[in-house]
Amino acid sequence: MKFLISLHINPAVLDALTDEEKAAIGDGHAAFIEALKRSGEMITTQALVDPSQAAVVSVRNGQPVVTDGPFLEAKEYLGGFYLIDCENKERAIELAAQIPDTAIEGLGVEVRQVMFADGQLEA
Amino acid sequence: MTAPPAIEDLLRELTPQVLGALVRRHGQFEGCEDAVQEAVLAATVQWPAEGVPDNPRGWLMTVASRRLIDQMRSDHARRERESVTATDVVPEDVPDTDDSLVLLFLCCHPTLTAASQTALTLRAVGGLTTAEIARAFLVPEATMAARISRAKQRIKAAGSSFSLPDGAEREERLRVVLHVLYLIFNEGYTASSGSELHRADLAREAIRLTRMVHAQLPEDGEVTGLLALMLLTHARRETRTTEAGDLVPLDEQDRTEWDRVLIDEGIELVKTSLAGPELGPYQLQAAIAATHADAATAEETNWAQVHALYLILERIAPNPMVTLNRAIALAETEGPLAGLALLSTLDGDERMAGHHRLLSVRAHLLEKTGDTAGAYEHYRRAAKSTASIAEQRYLESRASRVREPRSSSGKLAEDA
Repeated sequence: MKFLISLHINPAVLDALTDEEKAAIGDGHAAFIEALKRSGEMITTQALVDPSQAAVVSVRNGQPVVTDGPFLEAKEYLGGFYLIDCENKERAIELAAQIPDTAIEGLGVEVRQVMFADGQLEA
Repeated sequence: MTAPPAIEDLLRELTPQVLGALVRRHGQFEGCEDAVQEAVLAATVQWPAEGVPDNPRGWLMTVASRRLIDQMRSDHARRERESVTATDVVPEDVPDTDDSLVLLFLCCHPTLTAASQTALTLRAVGGLTTAEIARAFLVPEATMAARISRAKQRIKAAGSSFSLPDGAEREERLRVVLHVLYLIFNEGYTASSGSELHRADLAREAIRLTRMVHAQLPEDGEVTGLLALMLLTHARRETRTTEAGDLVPLDEQDRTEWDRVLIDEGIELVKTSLAGPELGPYQLQAAIAATHADAATAEETNWAQVHALYLILERIAPNPMVTLNRAIALAETEGPLAGLALLSTLDGDERMAGHHRLLSVRAHLLEKTGDTAGAYEHYRRAAKSTASIAEQRYLESRASRVREPRSSSGKLAEDA
């Protein structure tokens, strides 16, 4: 079963972390990625730039209108995701719990099953 | 593989035999498996161009043995001891009919996860390449390669010997084997996502492997039952979806399009297995499938028999899904209210809470009682709860049907 583990970050929370804490999160992700690859459960993972770098695109009267910044007025934004293939939902949750973000207040980790997929799997 | 189907079929049949013989002789499953995969690849290139050799099995044995010995020789500098015995071996064709089964038992080693057992079985016994298995399960090849290589390491670490386990352990392992074959079949049968073609291949592969097990253990009722269940289910394959990919429920399927040959074989197998001393879940499920296949029209279905079979199944292998299915049969014999009453016993079950099957069956039965508002609500919730797009479309179409009964034909009015 395929699951998307999405990582919701709060930029203010991230900024408030010490360098050691940031490094620990980075190391945690590196170890998690290694373990996922070894177990054969990794499909892909992607991290997104800070939401302040986002652009919102809309087309009005056939003309594209582009504005800076994230679409949602929120405290937490999608920071990246893991796409995994594992045995069942319990296992997906067990894996998600190994992500360092889960230990930090203000960073959210969400697990949802994939319903449809298309396109190249090999990134 | 790009070889013609006949060669592909032949290779799939020979792969486990060659691998089994090789592992029996040399041990070290991992090295043998790689060598056989290379031999199979060589055959897919050479045979279509140069013709199939007179003794294809011997050919594969020879090529695989050479690859294995080459491999061992190159390890020689590091591990002299192993190569001495290996290079003594002259490749020959060893007749040994039991090896495929031993191999299957090895691939379904209990230390592996179901996903790994499935992948390894398809590769070692099914003769599929890693790329083919990855495609069938819609994951990157790297993911599948990691899973297979990990599985092989685990088997090595477990230090299992290449032989059939005895007694209770053998019985236990056979259940795992059957479960893995069942999972492979289901993966191929569920038309939820991905390329239809590859999925149908998986179902066929599961049937082929189950036939192989059945040929070696014809007396085992559950093996027979599982094979029958697969054949009876596969016989309905073409009628389960419309050309657009929409689901067609059992009672609306065109029964004249069911594959009679598969059904006849399946029913025959069910009869044989039910005459035996044991009675297991696969046999009962096959008997239920046979009861459906026996009815010329949906109306003629012997629901009393279906219900009785589910009742036995519920007793020997209690499972909320079985109770759910029994509720459908009960509703057919005693009316939708009786079905709904049985469903309500499942509400407290954690495994069923919010499950789309429970929601959709309840919706269906509510529809039958004439409670269209309740049916609508439950169809909608069921549609939101499923991860299958085909099922979601089906449930949403049901929802709109109960919401606007006038827009559809008079059929609904008759039902109500």
